[in-house]
Amino acid sequence: MTHLGNITPSSVLDDQQGHLFTAQDFKKGQPRWCPGCGDHFFLASLHKAMAEIGVAPWQTCVISGIGCSSRLPHYMATYGMNTIHGRAAAIATGVKLANPELSVWQVSGDGDGLAIGGNHFIHANRRNVNLNMILLNNRIYGLTKGQYSPTSPRGFVSKSSPYGTVEDPFRPAELCFGARGHFFARTVATDSPHTIEVLKAAHAHKGASVVEVLQNCVIFNDGTHSMVYDKAGRAKNAIYVRHGEKLLFGEHMEYGLAQQGFGLKVIQPGVDGTTLDDVLVHDAHCEDDTLQLKLALMGNNDGFPVALGIIRDVEAPTYDEAVQNQISEVYAKKPYHNFAQLLETNDIWEVK
Amino acid sequence: MSEKVTVKDLDQVVIRFSGDSGDGMQLAGNIFSTVSATVGNSISTFPDYPADIRAPQGSLTGVSGFQVHIGAEQIYTPGDLCDVLVAMNAAALKTQYRFAKPGATIIIDTDAFGEKDLKKAEFKTADYLGEMGIDPDRVIACAMTTMVKNCLAESGMDNKSILKCRNMFALGLVCWLYDRDLSIAFNFLEEKFARKPAIAKANEMVIQAGYDYGHNTHSSAANVYRIETKHKRPGRYMDITGNKATAYGFIAAAEKAGLKLYLGSYPITPATDVLHELSKHKSLGVTTVQCEDEIAGCASAIGASFAGALGVTSTSGPGLCLKSEAMNLAVILELPLVILDVQRGGPATGLPTKSEQTDLLQALFGRNGESPMPVLAASSPTDCFYAAYEAARMALEHMTPVILLTDAYVANGSGAFRLPDLAKMPAICPPYVPEELKGKWTPYMRNEEGARYWALPGREGFEHVIAGIEKDSTTGAISTDPENHQMMTDLRRQKVERIPVPDLEVLGDADNAELLIVGFGGTYGHLHAAMDVMRAEGKKVAMVHFRHINPLPANTAEVLRKYPHVVVAEQNTGQLAAWLRMKVDGFSPSQYNEVKGQPFNVAKLAETFTRLFFIGSEK
Repeated sequence: MTHLGNITPSSVLDDQQGHLFTAQDFKKGQPRWCPGCGDHFFLASLHKAMAEIGVAPWQTCVISGIGCSSRLPHYMATYGMNTIHGRAAAIATGVKLANPELSVWQVSGDGDGLAIGGNHFIHANRRNVNLNMILLNNRIYGLTKGQYSPTSPRGFVSKSSPYGTVEDPFRPAELCFGARGHFFARTVATDSPHTIEVLKAAHAHKGASVVEVLQNCVIFNDGTHSMVYDKAGRAKNAIYVRHGEKLLFGEHMEYGLAQQGFGLKVIQPGVDGTTLDDVLVHDAHCEDDTLQLKLALMGNNDGFPVALGIIRDVEAPTYDEAVQNQISEVYAKKPYHNFAQLLETNDIWEVK
Repeated sequence: MSEKVTVKDLDQVVIRFSGDSGDGMQLAGNIFSTVSATVGNSISTFPDYPADIRAPQGSLTGVSGFQVHIGAEQIYTPGDLCDVLVAMNAAALKTQYRFAKPGATIIIDTDAFGEKDLKKAEFKTADYLGEMGIDPDRVIACAMTTMVKNCLAESGMDNKSILKCRNMFALGLVCWLYDRDLSIAFNFLEEKFARKPAIAKANEMVIQAGYDYGHNTHSSAANVYRIETKHKRPGRYMDITGNKATAYGFIAAAEKAGLKLYLGSYPITPATDVLHELSKHKSLGVTTVQCEDEIAGCASAIGASFAGALGVTSTSGPGLCLKSEAMNLAVILELPLVILDVQRGGPATGLPTKSEQTDLLQALFGRNGESPMPVLAASSPTDCFYAAYEAARMALEHMTPVILLTDAYVANGSGAFRLPDLAKMPAICPPYVPEELKGKWTPYMRNEEGARYWALPGREGFEHVIAGIEKDSTTGAISTDPENHQMMTDLRRQKVERIPVPDLEVLGDADNAELLIVGFGGTYGHLHAAMDVMRAEGKKVAMVHFRHINPLPANTAEVLRKYPHVVVAEQNTGQLAAWLRMKVDGFSPSQYNEVKGQPFNVAKLAETFTRLFFIGSEK
């Protein structure tokens, strides 16, 4: 409803309701996650982001499936449902269609969102339902105590793969783009300011907004995102992408991303005859997702950094709006608007 | 040419139109039933589709039938066997003759009985009538194709379009035989083809040609017949199929409750027409989503309910299996939801276009945990409207998912529907949380009926989270406390048990019947007709038909124990009987079970019941 992106304090005035919200207004209960779990960090950021976004708690709906991260709605002072495994996106779709005024957030882990709920994930993206789809990715099943997930790397050893997995993982961005997703952002649970920034952008984007949150499971998959989990790691191994800005990274912004053939390469502007002009400028609004996908798929190999930030943010018609528009159009065109009138559209005979 | 033809009065007649899937038999049958209903006849129809996507033309598996039963008095079924069989080709005669009464009139298009046609239909000789043992005197054999071509020679239509009008020739002939007013058929065609007046005109010419052919030759029929309506129930009527009536019931209920109607669905035979129907009515604000799967159909409807819509999901048996987990979520969330199951033959893909009542126990029990859910079954195409309305009312007022069972037979069949007055339908009042509870309210607080209060997102001060995990009965917070789970299980069960449902009405010889026939759902008409046949023979027979299967009517045990013999007749292997045995102490009925994908046969029911319960015990 209202997105006041540039106002920085953690509380803003909602222009429609005249309410002032703080993070406290969105908080409820005592989270039961393990100490140190990435979910704690994310939850705090979500409370703050929602306060800054300024949509009232009663106009906000948080829908989750099953898994550690799916406990999240219980810690929200909004409307919410903690449902069944995998179906959060489908349920959230129904919520949004029944009441498009609501700000609807769907929270899932990597198992909930991409394994059992993979079908709903891709179709919510394809339809472009105006949902904020949070994917808390710790590459493990935590609640069932340590099995590999569809984002665990090949060879991953877990309780259900004692000799290592023999399958390739999903890369969430690839799945999102393959489903014609229009918004994809990535952040790290421990990086609160950045998480808040990304969540606000996800809310501002009309349509399905996927936010992959890299999150650590201290018990079953500790260190899975270690390269980028703390500030020092991110300074070295991550790139914060921002629309319209050069793709520079490194502790002293000494590296840049440049195009090479059909791919990307890391250059050091000023070295080997390269200049700052060779560094790509990020275009999150570009309809063609080719380079955005290249950014999203970068891992910590061959000197490539992990991309954080809003990688893709392209405007497109949303499903819920299109549904409402079609209803309005047909309403204007068809002469019947209630049940009694509907009956009259049939071939009727009278028995006297 | 036209000699005077004798007009005889008949009480009822059954006509079966049959031909290749592409021959337009459904349309011909529809027009005939509408024409008949317009003059006040009671009608009942039954389309019999092949399961093949498109079987080779002229093949045995590609035959499609449409049976119409019209009566001067109330009729309950599309009829067992037909008085007139229209067979548009050799394959139709081969496969459909078994649905004809001995001595039935057979109308065939001789142009479709050539050497190749006979071979495709697996006739061995050119004497197809002889092979089937059909008396040629009962056959009206006419070269329909040739006559249709002649009739439309000047129309400028191409050959393919001309051949599509053959069905209208047969219809014209039948209209002559039963003294029907063609102007009603013409009106029907003019409305159906409003945008293609040339097609409407061509069809009318062919109907007239068929009618005139009958009138001028009346070669094999000595009489024409008249079915005069005797007891009319005045009112305005329309022809409606069960699926359309179901869709209308949901629309009516949503309007009455002042809620948006949301349907989440996935195409599945024979339920898809409900999705088709509801997706047409955007001008009523109906939201339909053809979801990515059955699960999403149910899940999104739950989401819609949470947000304050009447959430409905429609499916058939295999889809019901897939929805089970989400249905259970609605049980524990205590949200309104209607799950429509248009039953078909199972298991798995089974007989997708045929009818069974085999999902009853799945509806009652097919979920994990203690998962009580009201179950209703519609008894006829027109009753689907009232059953759908009732299911929605029950779901909304008692905050529970409700399963509405129909079946392929009632879903595809049609009947004359007396237009209902929504103002006179029962009010629908969901238990919205009263404003004065603000600050004190928790999500699992209940009203006197045990229904959880409904707080819709958007309402300030009632923010809450509900979950598939067990909650504390007072705070609504997650609770795994043993006593609390016991209590919540009991509360959910009692809530459903306490839903008021009307008492069973005993039909027939309620006071002194020797035999009580018991059924549910789509077999109502056949069981009623069987009872009528037996009573006409002087036997004392009563029947009860269950619309409410969970909870059962309060007088169930009393009624079932009252009669010396009870037979539970159903199209499964004994599911209602099992349920009643479980719910009524000491109840031990006889059973009549059939799973052939076809409706019951009234004559066979009457004969079997007579043999089992009356022969040798003449009373």
